[in-house]
Amino acid sequence: MNMPAIKTEPATAIVAPAAASAVTPVVSMTPKRPPRAEKYAKMAKDTAVRVVPPLIVIALLMLFWELVCRRTGSTLPPPSRVFKDTKELIFDPFFDRGGIDKGLFWHLSASLQRVALGYSIAAIVGVALGTLVGQSVWAMRGLDPLFQVLRTIPPLAWLPLSLAAFRDGQPSAIFVIFITSVWPIIINTAVGIRNIPQDYRNVAAVVQLNPLEFFGKIMIPAAAPYIFTGLRIGIGLSWLAIVAAEMLIGGVGIGFFIWDAWNSSHISEIILALFYVGIIGFVLDRLIAGLGKIVTRGTSAG
Amino acid sequence: MHAYLKLDHIDKTFTRGNATTEVLKEINLTIDKGEYVSIIGHSGCGKSTLLNIVAGLTDCTNGCVLLENREVNSPGPDRAVVFQNHSLLPWLTVYENVRLGVDKVFASSKTRSERDAWVMHNLNLVQMAHAKDKRPSEISGGMKQRVGIARALAMEPKVLLLDEPFGALDALTRAHLQDSVMALHQKLGNTILMITHDVDEAVLLSDRIVMMTNGPSARIGEVLEVPLARPRKRLELATNPGYLKCRQRVLEFLYERHRFVEAA
Repeated sequence: MNMPAIKTEPATAIVAPAAASAVTPVVSMTPKRPPRAEKYAKMAKDTAVRVVPPLIVIALLMLFWELVCRRTGSTLPPPSRVFKDTKELIFDPFFDRGGIDKGLFWHLSASLQRVALGYSIAAIVGVALGTLVGQSVWAMRGLDPLFQVLRTIPPLAWLPLSLAAFRDGQPSAIFVIFITSVWPIIINTAVGIRNIPQDYRNVAAVVQLNPLEFFGKIMIPAAAPYIFTGLRIGIGLSWLAIVAAEMLIGGVGIGFFIWDAWNSSHISEIILALFYVGIIGFVLDRLIAGLGKIVTRGTSAG
Repeated sequence: MHAYLKLDHIDKTFTRGNATTEVLKEINLTIDKGEYVSIIGHSGCGKSTLLNIVAGLTDCTNGCVLLENREVNSPGPDRAVVFQNHSLLPWLTVYENVRLGVDKVFASSKTRSERDAWVMHNLNLVQMAHAKDKRPSEISGGMKQRVGIARALAMEPKVLLLDEPFGALDALTRAHLQDSVMALHQKLGNTILMITHDVDEAVLLSDRIVMMTNGPSARIGEVLEVPLARPRKRLELATNPGYLKCRQRVLEFLYERHRFVEAA
């Protein structure tokens, strides 16, 4: 009964490409072009809709700032002055005159390295502890009150303690990053694990996955959207904390750069540094969000 | 007689705080190898609880479940479940969803390529091989349920447990899938225990229909043999007196003697 159907298939398959190649240049080129142009026009329009309003707002704010700070005796420099003062820093971020007299690139990269290390440790520890707390009622009862208290401690309050423990600025700063960003990761992971539908647990039980397989094949993918929410909050917090911590520990880093500029009354340099800090914080947030989007692809829809 | 699957004096009570609710009482049922048995009852009568007990996902309070004279009280691939809401893992493809169980069950008995062939064989059985690289969100509800059936079949279960497998589907898809399940049962000779609340479905598919009384303390009210020859054809049965009689019996049980009080 099925035989004729199977036989005819290869035949049509052989005919199809030949026919297609002969026909396509004539038929498909002309009607396809107008929609493509339309598509580009639409894309351009969509981009404009999103890009133009912020540009207008920024321009207006700059103008306002310029007008307010231009008056003689104003405490802060206007944007034109900021640009003039920091031209060297903007156009040559890579200079290195030894000590802490370095380009902004080196300061930012030192800060980013600390964040990368502290945040990576926080991500690993946070997901592990979050899984434990989400999976075990006992661990939750025991650890959750502790977490709820510890997470309210401001990042900088940890710094003296960690300086006392590590007796060095570098590990102390990394510890502050870690302790700041670990709580949202723990808490969100725990919520994600607790919210794994019973259905998935039943599937795992019927298939008889062992705990390790259950962790890798069910828990992590099922909780991934929550985990990434925690990771995203965590990266934001750690970038907040690093600037403050570096102001106190000194050395190379964007936080100390700001503090140093303040001590030398280079207000324009502070403004430039704040601009960079904001942009990098934004990029870090987008980075984690984008990563989350790739990893959790398909997880949300049932 | 030698029962293949035996439910022996099963009671189930749920306790929450001081309140205890008796859900199931004195459930005795024996199922032969290759038999297709349906459990029908109003919602809330504990039929899903009963299936979960057989699957090992819920513990019973008293009594036991015997499979080939051996007690089973934890879940396992020998009693594979097709869940009502398909329960496919959304981050895996259709193929990977089936493969997950196959890799566990045949870890030592089949080579890698044999397992791959076995997965494809089972996807072919439910006519889903064409969608093997799709994710569950990209296929229709009926297709998801087909994959769910393939996943269960691929574990080569001794008993296949179907938990209202067609409940969430539209009538046409449901009919189509019922025919598929009938064909598979015919071909593979599985022992099947199915939960349903659809009278026509129960009569069409089953060798025996177990009718449950309303909860709390639901019991088996009546067991009806369906003496219709296989293969059964939906259209021919519509006028078959034997079919109509069975249907009548189940309807009487559900709507006259054990009406669902809360529904009114």
